[in-house]
Amino acid sequence: MAWAKKVLRVNLNDGNISSEPLNMEWAAQYIGQRGLATRYLVEETDPTCDPLGPDNKLIMATGPLTGTAASTGGRYSVITKSPLTGAVACSNSGGFFGAELKSAGWDMIIFEGKSPNPVWLNIVDDKAELCSAEGIWGQSVWEADKAIHRITGDPQTRIAAVGRSAEAGCLYSAVINDLHRAAGRSGVGTVMASKNVKAVAVRGTRGVGNIKDPKRFMQSVAEQKVVLAENAVTGQGLPALGTQVLMNVINEIGALPTNNMQQTQFEGAHNISGEAMLEPRKSDGKPNLTTNAACFGCTIACGRISTIDPSHYSIQDKPQYQQNSGGLEYEAAWAMGADTGVDDLDAVTFANFVCNEDGMDPISFGATVAAAMELFEAGAITTEETGGMELRFGSAEALTWCAEKTGTGDGFGKDLGLGSKKLCEKYGHPEFSMTVKGQEFPAYDPRGIQGMGLTYATSNRGACHLRSYTVASEVLGIPEKTDPAVTDGKAGLVKAFQDATAAVDSMGLCVFTTFAWSLDNMAPQMDAACEGDWTVERLLEAGERIWNLERDYNMKAGLTGSDDNLPERLLKEASKAAPTEGQVCNLHEMLPEYYQLRGWTDEGQLTDEVRQKFSLPG
Amino acid sequence: MQRSLSIDPDKCTGCLQCEMACSFENEGVFNPAKSRIKVFTFHEEGRFVPYTCTQCDEAWCMQACPVDAIKMNFQTGAMEVSEQVCVGCKVCTIACPFGTVNYNRDTGKVIKCDLCGGDPACATACPTQAITYVDSDATGLEKMRAWAGKTDNAQHAAS
Repeated sequence: MAWAKKVLRVNLNDGNISSEPLNMEWAAQYIGQRGLATRYLVEETDPTCDPLGPDNKLIMATGPLTGTAASTGGRYSVITKSPLTGAVACSNSGGFFGAELKSAGWDMIIFEGKSPNPVWLNIVDDKAELCSAEGIWGQSVWEADKAIHRITGDPQTRIAAVGRSAEAGCLYSAVINDLHRAAGRSGVGTVMASKNVKAVAVRGTRGVGNIKDPKRFMQSVAEQKVVLAENAVTGQGLPALGTQVLMNVINEIGALPTNNMQQTQFEGAHNISGEAMLEPRKSDGKPNLTTNAACFGCTIACGRISTIDPSHYSIQDKPQYQQNSGGLEYEAAWAMGADTGVDDLDAVTFANFVCNEDGMDPISFGATVAAAMELFEAGAITTEETGGMELRFGSAEALTWCAEKTGTGDGFGKDLGLGSKKLCEKYGHPEFSMTVKGQEFPAYDPRGIQGMGLTYATSNRGACHLRSYTVASEVLGIPEKTDPAVTDGKAGLVKAFQDATAAVDSMGLCVFTTFAWSLDNMAPQMDAACEGDWTVERLLEAGERIWNLERDYNMKAGLTGSDDNLPERLLKEASKAAPTEGQVCNLHEMLPEYYQLRGWTDEGQLTDEVRQKFSLPG
Repeated sequence: MQRSLSIDPDKCTGCLQCEMACSFENEGVFNPAKSRIKVFTFHEEGRFVPYTCTQCDEAWCMQACPVDAIKMNFQTGAMEVSEQVCVGCKVCTIACPFGTVNYNRDTGKVIKCDLCGGDPACATACPTQAITYVDSDATGLEKMRAWAGKTDNAQHAAS
């Protein structure tokens, strides 16, 4: 129950579309979405396959609570092998697309093979057909969205699409749904484009039913909505300032990576903060932020709807950016702002709009621009390569120029599309790349927040804050305060966060609920909705199983324990900002204990005991 | 006291909790496509607007119905469709100037807001009080209060 119990399989080689029952035995072990789709990926693909070849598969998956009234229950994930990292990719998105897919009667879509010609998939309830994308291929996400809406004639059609960056082979392209929500990380959009799939459009009118105990479910949903409303972060901070509530907080503690992580504090942080987004501008008296916005079913509503200053240089003659659209979230504002040294709020918002319109992950994009700036300042990249643009830290013009070039894959934009690791290798300075497993860091400096160092190093999809957000504990004191400067106890903290988050990501709920909720708040909703008995213990066990399954996939794909590492800069170059002065990330004080807690070997390999305990395949 | 739904679009975040509550209450599934209240998104303006039946006293739908399937519930003031009587002719959907009566192809009848018999699920589910269920004679009270606050000259002079 709650699951639609149906999988849509799309063979792109021959255009054959079929429906099959969801494997409920796996659902009982892996829940849905992230966990369950990874189980399918493991079963059906060779982990050593070329991520951009026809043997890789791409799965769009919902969770059992997606499409229900559970607060934030609108999530879906895109699961595939990443072209950026060579590891498993799982990118989670909100908006309305996931709930619409569920409402059409599908738990997941599995794309296999590669279409001979560009196509888009049109789903209306139980009918699905591949349509020619001739005329749509080559368009931006926003243009494609408009074109497909014209074809379906239904304003309620929800669309997920890839932009021109993905078509051009940018390795960190996102799948963008509902114009500005992103399954952002690890290049899942690049994989979709490699299969010649431009977009998926879905209209669902069947709804989500089959709730095990409707009365108990509605009661639990109502109770847990109150918990979110009464919490200071989810009830006040996030609706008012969005995730951007963090910009000044993280800067003040000396953990805001700046200028490609050369520093840990940014002078201009306030100018690109959530607070700055509320300040009226001189030109039209309006603030950057128009309103907050919710994803499907979400009672937090942290989303930002913003405009760019009409007098700003970036949007002259560009009508598509002169209206409201998805505004800055913290990670994006950090990557394209602090990490590039740019404190021009409108330039950063412009780059964000371009990332949405042309489907790039703003974290990887911003961090790659930051690496390019360091390469430029070191003389490794010159105006000869860029065609005249000076890539200097702090240059808003350079940032907005890079966004447009990468969005279309034009000129030097092609190099920027390689991501930080390959870009730095190409220009002879691999040490400038601030990445783990090839994926760029997000917005928390592990020299100032030790647990995040272990989080990044061990994340199954490369550097990522969402796999175990120990910032909650180390900075915000949720569920309890730990000292961000110490490594003691962080191995256990990271493991606990990783396992719980894997469960959250598999149910269809948003990880931002965890500022207020723990699994204690989710299990009753899950249990009332879904067949079987769902306790906190069972969810945690499933989470740990999922973590090990992802790890196992990565090991089979050729990664090793040596990939659980951080760039030298974070291990050896001490922070210079006062609050964290002298600190480096002491990863190697935490990693052995972490392996031990996981029950892995000293080299980070899974043991037979772990495989048996979680009944892992193969 | 008779009560009405009061809608304040400025408070709406577009989360669709109201649509899910409505469809669940009336159809037993979470299905925005079958909701009697709809949230419209005006993306380029950054606005979300919930919209549903306002229960007109001299309701066009009621007057147009050839089989008297729409009647006022005198307890709640809601115009209610009797499923037994409705023949699915859809004349009411043409008569309603606001579009808030709609046909349901699954049942062959029309559906519209009936205030859930006096305890509207949408208002209960709304997390931001964009939809409230208030005294019919004072639907403008909160708006008046907000504007009254803005006309306090003494306070402006002081600040």
